[in-house]
Amino acid sequence: MASGGGVVAASTTEAAPATKPVRRIHVPEKLRNLEIFLLLLACLVNAGAVVLVQLGAKGAVDYGQVALLGAGLSVLVIGAHIALRFVAPNADPFILPIATLLNGIGIAEIYRIDLQIPGSTGWDSTAVRQVVWSAIAIVAALVVIIALRNHRVLQRYTYVFMALSGVLLVLPLLPGIGKEIYGARVWIGIGPLSFQPGEVAKIALAIFFAGYLVSRRDSLSVVGRKFLGMRFPRGRDLGPILVIWAASMSVIIFQRDLGTALLYFGLFVVMIYVATARLSWVIIGVGLFLGGALIASRVLVYVNDRFLNWLDPFSTTNYDAQGGSYQLVQGLFGLANGGLIGTGLGQGQPDITPLAQSDYIVASLGEELGMAGLFAILALYLLFIARGLRISFAGTDDFGRLLGIGLTFVIALQCFIVIGGVTRVIPLTGLTTPFLAAGGSSLVANWIIVALLLRLSDTVRNQPRLVV
Amino acid sequence: MNRELKRVTIVILAMFAALFLSVTTIQFFSADALAGDSRNARTINNSYSNQRGAILVDGQPIAQSVPSADQYKYQRTYTNGPLYSAVTGYYTLDQGSSGIEDALDEELSGTSGSQFLSQLNNIVTGQNPQGASVELTIDPKVQQAAYDALGDLQGAIVAVEPKTGRILAMVSKPDYDPNVLAVHDTDSVIAQYNALIADSGNPLINRTLNGNFDPPGSTFKIVTSSAALQNAGLTEDHQLPNPALYNLPESDRTVQNAGGGTCGPGGTVSIKTAFVLSCNIPMAELGVEMGQKGLTDMAKAYGYDAGFDTPIPVQASQFPPVEDDATLALSSFGQASVRASPMQIVEQSMAVANAGSIMQPNLVDDIRAPDLTVLKQFEPKTLSQPITSVTASTLSSWMVEAVNSGAATNARIEGVSVAGKTGTAENGTGDPYTLWFTGFAPADNPQVAVAVVVQNGGGLGESGSGNEVAAPIAKKVLEAVLNK
Repeated sequence: MASGGGVVAASTTEAAPATKPVRRIHVPEKLRNLEIFLLLLACLVNAGAVVLVQLGAKGAVDYGQVALLGAGLSVLVIGAHIALRFVAPNADPFILPIATLLNGIGIAEIYRIDLQIPGSTGWDSTAVRQVVWSAIAIVAALVVIIALRNHRVLQRYTYVFMALSGVLLVLPLLPGIGKEIYGARVWIGIGPLSFQPGEVAKIALAIFFAGYLVSRRDSLSVVGRKFLGMRFPRGRDLGPILVIWAASMSVIIFQRDLGTALLYFGLFVVMIYVATARLSWVIIGVGLFLGGALIASRVLVYVNDRFLNWLDPFSTTNYDAQGGSYQLVQGLFGLANGGLIGTGLGQGQPDITPLAQSDYIVASLGEELGMAGLFAILALYLLFIARGLRISFAGTDDFGRLLGIGLTFVIALQCFIVIGGVTRVIPLTGLTTPFLAAGGSSLVANWIIVALLLRLSDTVRNQPRLVV
Repeated sequence: MNRELKRVTIVILAMFAALFLSVTTIQFFSADALAGDSRNARTINNSYSNQRGAILVDGQPIAQSVPSADQYKYQRTYTNGPLYSAVTGYYTLDQGSSGIEDALDEELSGTSGSQFLSQLNNIVTGQNPQGASVELTIDPKVQQAAYDALGDLQGAIVAVEPKTGRILAMVSKPDYDPNVLAVHDTDSVIAQYNALIADSGNPLINRTLNGNFDPPGSTFKIVTSSAALQNAGLTEDHQLPNPALYNLPESDRTVQNAGGGTCGPGGTVSIKTAFVLSCNIPMAELGVEMGQKGLTDMAKAYGYDAGFDTPIPVQASQFPPVEDDATLALSSFGQASVRASPMQIVEQSMAVANAGSIMQPNLVDDIRAPDLTVLKQFEPKTLSQPITSVTASTLSSWMVEAVNSGAATNARIEGVSVAGKTGTAENGTGDPYTLWFTGFAPADNPQVAVAVVVQNGGGLGESGSGNEVAAPIAKKVLEAVLNK
């Protein structure tokens, strides 16, 4: 024990002067080697999932499909990995494999439900479209990470991103290109393609919030009057939060999308809190949103229905009603059917639940992989979020740190809103589960978040400073 | 900024903790309750996607699940469906089930507690769960003989081994083909089901143990005589007045014997003679003499007003409380409000045949896992002992005499001593009779007890008798057992 104490003391003196020139803890090659190892593991799991789906549902393996669905994604992410070796060698080694694994499991489960739908071949197959969208998304991510060599550049365009997010939010409401699907007006359609601009808007918003809050944080945090032990902002500083609140409320009213509104507003509240360190912003924000939601539930029928379905989904009235709790209850039946370890891929009946490939992909996976599988998926998300938080903790510039927490929190909150909705923690709202759910816009947006986080993490490690 | 980030981290952890908790609640704690919801189509589909166990008779499947090409993987098929419909019952996709399919659903579907280990094994090995198979006590020869003997008549037959309670035959007519309800097309199933329900013959009812029971008529005299010999302490020579017309106590209604005259010659008649010749007036007098308690206690000892499981649940036969002596007199020969199932009537013969003990009638020999290990073996079990062996032996000799030279002569079998009792029950003025026979053979070493009921008068309205219609049918069933 005496010698052990000596070692500790020695290492303490070694690490103590944090201002000394850095001794690199991670060598870039080691990071990338870890990444390619994890990446290959993820690709193997993904291909295995497709094989299991085929064995479970059809009893035979169709190697052509395995190649298309499994190998297609693998080639792209390995390409991304090679690019990272050149343009971001210090990037976090876990983010890319986790995103790949989630994306691949999603494709396998989407394919599984395709098998239940007659005529799901070629472009009519949601799984094939998902693979194509994954390719587009990963290419988009590559473009971002190659073109954006320093994230601070984004700060310069703060107000461009504000304008961009505004445009993206308004697009679905424009006649001609806006489309209404399942009651929510959040899509735009160009030819056969449909896109949810709101998904990409969340990135633009995160960049805008980060840039804006970094420049305005002093006036937002220092000035104000004390009340109940907290410093509340001046009336004129309430402007920004009221604007965001109004924007969220208009999303609820005009696009009829409760989940997206909650996502944007939650993102803003967390970012302004982190930027200003003032709890009063959280209280004002939560109060504003709850008040707005309460009024909305009284005034808007669809919001009220969501609440009723959430509180008592099993009542016959709610179950049989148009826009009632049928989907919610079927999702719960599916999860229950999965039990602890699931029915096995390809052996459940997830297709009974409406939207089993998109909004309800979590229930589909929960049925076939069970509680064990859902725990693993939740753990993957937590790990992804932990890497994001790490970037935010370790960042050297406030813009980067704010952007890091914004992008991370938006993933965490989106998981919570969707999975919490499916599992009755909160009322059900339509949002996609990041990486898993069928949907091109969601994939593109989340892969761009991956690119931004990779870029941020590379910058963090490149800093000439020891980080915790 | 780090303090705020830590707090945000805690919030994120709390959000995920909520998700972990809700997932656990749904998939672990409430999973069974959710699976039990009647709106849960998955539960029904699962029961069809697993290979349901077979129902076997003498080792051969009469109901089994064979691979099918559609989404449910297995199709339930019934071999000789109509012959065994009373036993197997039906099994539909989502419109319920009956018979053994219903009573042993957990075992057949592989979800019973005794199959827990194999369920675990299936989970680990990834095999599809398979249900247990059920070996019945039914003897295919006896079943076929009973089925043929009843022909197109509306009624039911049950034949049981008195020493073990094993049911050898169970037939109820009109019958139906369970295959038409097993198809995987819900609309077709509903249409077929509605047609069967609308059928005035009620083919879906297993008349041996369920439905609107008939008055047992003279077969109930076994119970009345048991009460006299055992509870009232009367001997077989106990004399009763022998008029040709009996005025019901405190009533202006009268009762006659079946033939119209007195019960044999003489001013008085013994209990034994009244039983052998199946006379109503002496039995009515006997019932009134003993009082309502004597008869009610004996009826309950024989199993009236109590159900049991074969494992198909047997609906209780009825011996309602007797309010006055007129009702008591009528009840003494199985009229008034007394109602009995063939299962109840065969139990009466079983008690007499088996030294006073009724062995619980049972349809299942054993339940076997897919690997043929026995999950459950059914052992003979005494249901009740209404009478002593002395009383049983006295009644047995009376029943033999009834067949040899009394009111049940059509059940005679050359070279075999058959014990029997007929019944011709009235169902109200103008309604056809219900015709009964119950008995056992050989009388000195009973191998089989049988009860036959023919409803709607066997097509003879109010002119048939138990001896004329039911006894010959029972004879064929007894022969099928004795000749095998």
